Amino acid sequence: MNLSGKKITLHDMCLRDGMHPKQHQISIAQMVAVATGLDAAGVPLIEVTHGDGLGGASVNYGFPAHTDEEYLRAVIPKLKRTKVSALLLPGIGTVEHLQLAHDCGVATIRVATHCTEADVSEQHIARARKLGLDTVGFLMMAHMVEPAELARQGKLMEGYGANCIYCTDSAGYMLPDDVSARIQALRAVLRPETEIGFHGHHNMAMGIANSLAAIEAGAVRIDGSAAGLGAGAGNTPLEVFNAVATRMGIVTGVDVFKLMDVAEDLVVPMMDHPIRIDRDALILGYAGVYSSFLLFAKRAGAKYGVPSADILVELGRLKTVGGQEDMIEDLAINMARTKKSA
Amino acid sequence: MAKIKAALIGSGNIGTDLMYKALRSRWIEPAWMVGIDEASDGLAKAREKGLSTTAGGVDGLLPHLKKDGIRIAFDATSAYVHPENARKLAEHGVVVIDLTPAAIGPYCVPSVNLSEHVGKGEMNVNMVSCGGQATIPIVAAVARVQPVAYAEIVATVSSRSAGPGTRKNIDEFTRTTASGIEKVGGAKRGKAIIILNPAEPPLIMRDVVHCLTEGEPDQAAIRASIEAMIAEVQKYVPGYQLKNGPVFDGKRVSTYLEVAGLGDYLPKYAGNLDIMTAAALRTGELIAEEMSSGRFEPVSRAS
Repeated sequence: MNLSGKKITLHDMCLRDGMHPKQHQISIAQMVAVATGLDAAGVPLIEVTHGDGLGGASVNYGFPAHTDEEYLRAVIPKLKRTKVSALLLPGIGTVEHLQLAHDCGVATIRVATHCTEADVSEQHIARARKLGLDTVGFLMMAHMVEPAELARQGKLMEGYGANCIYCTDSAGYMLPDDVSARIQALRAVLRPETEIGFHGHHNMAMGIANSLAAIEAGAVRIDGSAAGLGAGAGNTPLEVFNAVATRMGIVTGVDVFKLMDVAEDLVVPMMDHPIRIDRDALILGYAGVYSSFLLFAKRAGAKYGVPSADILVELGRLKTVGGQEDMIEDLAINMARTKKSA
Repeated sequence: MAKIKAALIGSGNIGTDLMYKALRSRWIEPAWMVGIDEASDGLAKAREKGLSTTAGGVDGLLPHLKKDGIRIAFDATSAYVHPENARKLAEHGVVVIDLTPAAIGPYCVPSVNLSEHVGKGEMNVNMVSCGGQATIPIVAAVARVQPVAYAEIVATVSSRSAGPGTRKNIDEFTRTTASGIEKVGGAKRGKAIIILNPAEPPLIMRDVVHCLTEGEPDQAAIRASIEAMIAEVQKYVPGYQLKNGPVFDGKRVSTYLEVAGLGDYLPKYAGNLDIMTAAALRTGELIAEEMSSGRFEPVSRAS
């Protein structure tokens, strides 16, 4: 694979996707320390919000230690070069949240929908574009749809005003060929100036291989997370990807050693549990289940005496989509009932 | 007693489903259906059932209101069109039941506050949202036992049942539902989340209601109140079902529901649409009953 000379934008997730394994409890001091560390390492873009995006604070997804506004207002003024993005899931967050993020100084808005539901993003993408923001359409659980349909959905988002479209492997299910096919399909229909990005999860240990496949197929933005801090078995570990990319001659502009230091010295000590491919995380990847369900399934499993692995397999069988955390306790109660009567 | 004649504004899925329900009503006679597309399936179905139809929008109906004795209109168009429709109909003294998220009039959730509105003679009532109709009764059931500091609902609907109007303005759903949770449900603060799931076969609408009570929840009283409320909703939505809960976890009270429709015009899985048409008809019927018995006195008459 020859990717030498390709210019790629790295986008760090540990202060947003990393909120999932931290149950949205990252402190302001930790946020600022990690963000300024990433800035010093030359990471051009980082995401900061509740794990489920703007307005995610809820019983359903968890209440965070601080509001989105508090995090954004603490982090953004401390950064020299790094820009900050905010995630927004229509149905959870609204254009009011988007406006607030803009007022806080966010440079990029990523509007996320399930891979078949792009048309719920019109009002948010249009507003973000009107505000002059770098506007990304983020198609989640992209393994659940064929490449041609994903491309059609991406085209809708482009039509609403998105200047970048993401293929998002929320379940960490995809293999490199799956990624190539989807990025190629997007590239074939989107305008040449519209960028393409890839967001990986490491549940099958494919984060790096998939990101390379994405670049080969035309992606120019790659998501990852320092030390992999993210939902499930985490995101593509960014310091590892940056080292691989640098060896391959890909131009990221990010300092290999400084990024390693952020991961090792700042992010790993923050972890409540090791971010690794345990059995449950592997099931997420194998069965194609939304990575953020991991801790919810572990908790519900413990509370109702049902194996968390069984809950996750069932969530996959039911074709649940991102955001359906409410299914987990309901399902665990049903499974416990069935078990009792068996 | 003579039925009160009604017009259905909007010949889409909602308007058409509402027609089939209204044709069975003891109090309402659907007399007109208004569309904007002569070739729409809804208008064809309406003609088949003997309703008068127009594809000229509300303006096509106005000249007929008086001679056909139309006193109630159900508006199933959109939040963008509703204000103008409402104004025109009010000028002719027609009571409007608004199924759009426009929410000009007060929110109405039949099992919670219908009698309140009817007694007041409101000329325009709003049906909140599908998620609101499915969940606000449960919030109210908890709030009538003890104060609810915060209530949050998650409505999951099949992608097929979410029409272009909902998709174009999904914020309207979250905003209107959250506001209904507070104003009608009685929670101090409300939040609403909606999820679309494209799975095939389509999933039946599911709703989760999380309430955070102020003090420790009175479990027995809350359980009884929720059960009574569900029986009340089932009177107009027979497919409204408690699946699990209430789960008590500290101050959290979580109720898991499923809403199956009657399958009149809309498929059974689309309980989210069915509960809107059923609730709107229930509202219309109560108003019609008041009108028939001469008790309905409108609060305001437009000039």
